[in-house]
Amino acid sequence: MPFRFLEEIATADVAFKAWGNSQEELFISCAAALMRTMAEAPDQVVRRQEISIRLEHEELDLLLFSFLQELIFFKDARRLLLHADKVVIEEHDGIFILNAIVSGEQIDGGKHHLLIDVKAVTLHRFQVLYKGNVWKAVVVLDV
Amino acid sequence: MSLPLQLRKISDTIWELPVTYKDGMLVPARIIASDSLIGGMEAGVFDQAANVACLPGILNYSYCMPDGHWGYGFPIGGVAAFDPATGVISPGGIGFDINCGMRLCLTTLTEEEVRPRIRELVDQLFFAIPTGVGCTGFVRCSRSKFRRVIENGSRWCLENGLALPEDLEMTEEGGCFEGADADACSEKAIERGYDQIGTLGSGNHYCEIQVARSENIFDEATARAFGITIPNQVVIMFHCGSRGFGHQVASDYLQSFLKVMTTKYGIKLHDRELACAPFRSPEGQAYFAAMKCAANMGFANRQVILHRIREVFSRVFSRSPEDLGMRVVYDVAHNTAKLEKHLIDGEQREVLVHRKGATRSFGPGMPGLPDCYRETGQPVIIGGSMETGSYLLAGMASAAPTFYTTAHGSGRTMSRHQAKKMVQGRKLLDDMEHRGIHVRTASYGGLAEEAGLAYKDIDVVALATEEAGLSRRVVKLVPIGNIKG
Repeated sequence: MPFRFLEEIATADVAFKAWGNSQEELFISCAAALMRTMAEAPDQVVRRQEISIRLEHEELDLLLFSFLQELIFFKDARRLLLHADKVVIEEHDGIFILNAIVSGEQIDGGKHHLLIDVKAVTLHRFQVLYKGNVWKAVVVLDV
Repeated sequence: MSLPLQLRKISDTIWELPVTYKDGMLVPARIIASDSLIGGMEAGVFDQAANVACLPGILNYSYCMPDGHWGYGFPIGGVAAFDPATGVISPGGIGFDINCGMRLCLTTLTEEEVRPRIRELVDQLFFAIPTGVGCTGFVRCSRSKFRRVIENGSRWCLENGLALPEDLEMTEEGGCFEGADADACSEKAIERGYDQIGTLGSGNHYCEIQVARSENIFDEATARAFGITIPNQVVIMFHCGSRGFGHQVASDYLQSFLKVMTTKYGIKLHDRELACAPFRSPEGQAYFAAMKCAANMGFANRQVILHRIREVFSRVFSRSPEDLGMRVVYDVAHNTAKLEKHLIDGEQREVLVHRKGATRSFGPGMPGLPDCYRETGQPVIIGGSMETGSYLLAGMASAAPTFYTTAHGSGRTMSRHQAKKMVQGRKLLDDMEHRGIHVRTASYGGLAEEAGLAYKDIDVVALATEEAGLSRRVVKLVPIGNIKG
């Protein structure tokens, strides 16, 4: 998997490191880590419903913050667990613009083997960087 | 664990980092802990307490309570007061789960009466109080009705037959933060939380049936004043907050403060998670009004859960809640910011107190306490791990230096993943059953993460708060039934 949970930086919460060959892949990896935090069986989340997300931000890391926050919003507001299927990030005049297609289905405890509710993305140790031809992020979730 | 070299021991329970510890510190940071607790604190606690000490307008000290551990922004257990005129308000000093708190309800039942029905009680509570990821509550609430809930808190519950007048009296702030303004909350926040009233959530949130055994009573007179009067009396304790609504309010304002903090107000910080705005600024006041809405959702949520608990006990024992003596001892928040009067440099002043994973602990005679607790001080509820028990304590006059604040829980010492590696949820459930604690959970994985070994020793934490003069132990309550998300 293109993410790894980190033990050492968040005692009460959940931290992960994710990576990808592009910004888009990194965002998809982070969405996968977020879902794996909430459900033990992400592969059991069937793509029944599709949602388009458009976001923009002057900072790439805060664009990722908003994207993950959006997925958390859908978890409560629509009771949806969502895979990030397609992410496109473009930069225009210093603004990063994200267009994403996410899909999934309503939370089903019996099927998805739920683990823990995620309250929010925190900015604690939050980081997006490009190093050694790989995009990497560190994210701490409040649970 | 090596302690920072600059950490000085001021007294048996006070440890201080001077302003020279880190660039930008305006006041020293004080950690309240016994020798054994300080040794177990992560480096992040000291670093974060020092970061808080850099926030504009901070008064006296940046504090961390004995159950403190590494959080985000403030440490969990962080307490700081700010000058309202020159200081800031920070969502990172309150937490995403605004008005996460504890409520304790009495019964006149004994352990001997409840034990034979414990399985039935826990099972029915598990169905009556939705738990786990994305759960929704039984209160059918439109978005417009929800706006009334968040402006009125438990008062809305009273008007809708979900509360008794005395429930509100036994709730901090009477179950409603004045000045809550739904217009300060985003539509997103409302959409995220309007159907979650009466839900527990997950993580360390729980509802527990507990017993006050005679050997665990530390102060009989105060225990009596708090309603613990029968040997092996059964009580119900629960822990939860403002759910998705509160989480979204905090996330919204964290982002909006980031936009203005440096560019508009020239505030530079060590940690973006401490994003803040001047308290008197439009942004600061908007967050304060929205935070109060989330606090009111927390009170309403716990009130509706209490209503469900009363229904379950009433059904199982075929007696009315009144007949079962199901009175609230107290409901107290541990994630808030409030304007309160405290002694600063010998003068009573209104200050903005942030408490993040820290409990208000008003001493005897203080304004804002119900008449029945004027002599005892405020009931303080400190929740332990689900295996070890929890404490009912009383607020003390000597807690004035920490702005009348004490600990809130036992505090984690082990990461969730580490706990899950060491403990299997299913096996833990069976082990607890053998030890006389019947558990229902929405998630075995989540259960393993909350195993007792992942937490500090609650007895040590409660004792440390007493030794530090923050709160005194009244009774330790041990679990016999638990539901968790």
